[in-house]
Amino acid sequence: MRPLGAAADALAAGEVTPQELLDESLTRISELDGRVHAFLRVTEREARAAADAAGKRRASGKPLGPLDGVPIGLKDIFCMEGVETTAGSKILQGYVPPYDATVVRRLREAGAVIVGKLNMDEFAMGSSTENSAYGPTMNPWDLSRTPGGSSGGSAAAVAARMVAGALGTDTGGSIRQPASLVGCVGMKPTYGRVSRYGVIAFASSLDQVGPMAIDVRGVALMLAAIAGQDPSDQTSSSRPVPDYAAALDQPVKGLRVGVPREYFGEGLEPGVEREVRAAVGKLREQGCVVSEISLPNSPQAIATYYIVATAEASSNLARYDGVRYGRRAQASQLLEMYEKTRAQGFGAEVKRRIMLGTYALSAGYYDAYYLRAQKVRALIRRDFERAFAEVDAVACPTSPTTAFKLGEKVNDPLAMYLDDVYTVPVNLAGLPAVSVPCGFDSKRLPVGLQLIGKPFDEPTLFRLARAAEPREQPLPPLVARG
Amino acid sequence: MAEFEPVIGLEVHAQLLTRTKIFCGCSTAFGAPPNTQVCPVCLGLPGALPALNRGAVEMAVRAGKAFGCKVSTRSIWARKNYFYPDLPKGYQISQYELPICSGGTVGGVALTRIHLEEDAGKNVHGEAGSFVDLNRSGVPLIEIVGEPQIRSAEQASDYLKTLRLALIYLGVNDGNLEEGSFRCDANVSVRPRGAQKFGTRVELKNINSFRFVKQAIEFEIARQIEVIESGGRVVQETRLFDNAAGVTRSMRSKEEANDYRYFPEPDLPPLALSQEFIDGVQVPPLPHEVARQLANDGVSPADARTLLENLPLLRVYREAGVSGARAAQVVVNEVARSLHELHAGFRPAFIRDTFALQDAGTISSTAAKEVLGYALREGKPPSQIVSERGLAQVSDEGALEKVVDAIIARSADEAAKYRSGKKNLLGFFVGQAMKELKGKGNPGALNALFRKKLGDD
Amino acid sequence: MLPKAQVRHVARLARLSFTPEEEERLAAQLGSVLQYIERLNAVDVAGVEPLSFAGEAGLPLREDEPRPCLPREKVLAQAPEQDGQSFAVPRIIE
Repeated sequence: MRPLGAAADALAAGEVTPQELLDESLTRISELDGRVHAFLRVTEREARAAADAAGKRRASGKPLGPLDGVPIGLKDIFCMEGVETTAGSKILQGYVPPYDATVVRRLREAGAVIVGKLNMDEFAMGSSTENSAYGPTMNPWDLSRTPGGSSGGSAAAVAARMVAGALGTDTGGSIRQPASLVGCVGMKPTYGRVSRYGVIAFASSLDQVGPMAIDVRGVALMLAAIAGQDPSDQTSSSRPVPDYAAALDQPVKGLRVGVPREYFGEGLEPGVEREVRAAVGKLREQGCVVSEISLPNSPQAIATYYIVATAEASSNLARYDGVRYGRRAQASQLLEMYEKTRAQGFGAEVKRRIMLGTYALSAGYYDAYYLRAQKVRALIRRDFERAFAEVDAVACPTSPTTAFKLGEKVNDPLAMYLDDVYTVPVNLAGLPAVSVPCGFDSKRLPVGLQLIGKPFDEPTLFRLARAAEPREQPLPPLVARG
Repeated sequence: MAEFEPVIGLEVHAQLLTRTKIFCGCSTAFGAPPNTQVCPVCLGLPGALPALNRGAVEMAVRAGKAFGCKVSTRSIWARKNYFYPDLPKGYQISQYELPICSGGTVGGVALTRIHLEEDAGKNVHGEAGSFVDLNRSGVPLIEIVGEPQIRSAEQASDYLKTLRLALIYLGVNDGNLEEGSFRCDANVSVRPRGAQKFGTRVELKNINSFRFVKQAIEFEIARQIEVIESGGRVVQETRLFDNAAGVTRSMRSKEEANDYRYFPEPDLPPLALSQEFIDGVQVPPLPHEVARQLANDGVSPADARTLLENLPLLRVYREAGVSGARAAQVVVNEVARSLHELHAGFRPAFIRDTFALQDAGTISSTAAKEVLGYALREGKPPSQIVSERGLAQVSDEGALEKVVDAIIARSADEAAKYRSGKKNLLGFFVGQAMKELKGKGNPGALNALFRKKLGDD
Repeated sequence: MLPKAQVRHVARLARLSFTPEEEERLAAQLGSVLQYIERLNAVDVAGVEPLSFAGEAGLPLREDEPRPCLPREKVLAQAPEQDGQSFAVPRIIE
């Protein structure tokens, strides 16, 4: 499987057909997914029909666009009409949405061939995909390690070259962190850039849909297909969508890059720091002006996030009550039905976060927790606004560590939460950010460079990401061996 | 009893007459089969998001302006979280800290606020279980909260009647208590007369007719006084009125006081209204203003009362093209009679046309009534009816004179009697002429002609 | 440690139920997370407006025009229990 940009070019040049790309995809999946477990379900029949239709269009020279015929995977958080969608949870086992998410419709309209639904931490709550009710996903670089989360299945499928691209969601780092841990590109756009309609909600003021691919160009092509206002989502922005592809090859000379001192402190693995600093050095070599900046309230971000996100989640997940859809527990009485359904249907992490969020909103605690957290959130955003008066983008590590072992952090929720330290401030501030592969640590595990941009300035991020991305992303040994 | 004074605050939930629900495009039409007017949004399906209906906002602003409220240029949506089978998302989208309207007055009672929110679905209870119909889920509501200034059940009933009629006039609500589109809750407490502090209040829910409003409140006031006088304390709770028994009952364990955990709705931007938008919302006149207009027009108080309470009749009067006591009378009598079999082609301006024909002498006053009747039932213009049915009266001097002369000629006796003083024989002559003319004679003209010919100069 | 009574109260609000061992564990885990969150108390938030709406408003409101609804079979198809017309739940006692 070529990087998405190259696949799009090959399709356009007639070097390969959509059916052939799909065959590659399905073959890879059958070879590797028994060990990687990226997919929850493969929609082969629908994919073949889509590939055939795309093939006809390509052959007659009338493609719908660059994505026409490209195999894409979808995190199982996106409602797809007629296809089981579980959000990685038992409570939605067997749930078949009667409608498409807007982004799914847009991908279909672009001709993308949707190969299947990808594994994730339950309701997007987690950083390792170990919270999936359907078993974890393994990191293609080392099957004893996690691919990160919550979009772990999406990241692994891309890294293992099972699909050319995948959609994920990012609430506190759930696209960027797995991208970093598996060595692919993952972007979280500005809040409001992409419609959330049909995306199973975790935290409404933080969730964003974003693309993942091996190459920056692939991510840009996917974003172009899904971005833009949606009347069904009144938090989506009415700003016109710029030409992302055009931004890609603009030189980065003169762009000012800020490196926040608070993001290079305790907890950052030396191997990660080395690669990230080297990547920033490369940007400097290409003419970027690099300076140190300060984001003084960022150390408060995890605490802020775990109040705001869990509060919103506790409310968003109230609809899972067994009344209209999903699993229902046997009970003779209403209260019992609610409690048993939810106790049995939700995993431990989800229940933990619902409890935390409910507590933070409850009478007597709202001011001390939720209200205060939203104020600190405003301060975190203000830090970035101040920084962006001086720089065009911020560069830092995506994750303090490379991929950790399965089971390593599962028993210590707080330790797992602290992994999001560099990604969470971005969601709180509503900014766009991208993780780009920038090297490997001594264990030959991928490291990711995070670039954070001004609101709606994805074009600048694409420019910088393109300049930072490696000439070629090596294949994980698992894939190279076959 | 005289030592205690009741303190009553009323909350009304009124469904808005928009075509679609507040956060989705499903129809709000009443009476559809269960669960046939639902979509992912009002079903609370995973991934669904609310999309605010502009029409609901306009109606709320219309009501706010009509009642003299301050309409906020910025108001916030909030989630009210609780679990119930008729609440699909497990929260209701409402407004909490910053409502769309604040202050205002209705019928002399101050309002606290008006805010927008969504309605829940309906639970129907059966033997073996309960059944949830979500057609009503998402229908727009305004909640109108009155200050606790009301001091009697009578006053409460009057306030509700005034508010209900006003909302009907504004085209915002249909005032139907029985169907539940207009719902009242009463917060009732008592305190020693002259005291400043409020007593413990009890919420009476969902009183569904005006008769029960008074009964329920009166019962509750008496109940609370009795509790206090016998040494007890009023418990803060929610009670329902049992229509049949005439008593209020505690609602069986709605559990511990609900902690709704309100927080700002992240899926909707704050509602920002420009002053231009607010100014642009048209507010039709309220009942008391219309009453004044009718009095100015010279409409009799009785007819005015009838028109005010019957909006379709009022509309006909207003569009009749002619105003005043005469038009009102016709509307209140002739039109009211045929209101339910009104032909689609009927135009209120036909009333003006009928009067014009009558005043021009083309038709008699009796014929006018007939013409209007046909117009109402057949939807044809009066002039067409007159010609089709030959209802025009003969007013032509020449034609009438011939008839008059002929009748005088053959009624010599009566003519002599009339000339010698029996003036009431005029009726006989006019009657004879009418018979000849098959009732189509212009009575006034005939009158004058006979008088002239019989020497009554 | 969060007091057990508090854990139960919050669980009831959230319609969750836990075994005694789970309650024990939750009390400890929630306790330690809440303790971590205490650090926010040290932040000076005087005069700061809470950031509750993350986007930039700008989309026009929806016009009051009816849109097609879901056919009832689709609506009820996912229901754990239904009678062909409505969703069925254990009898609600008011």
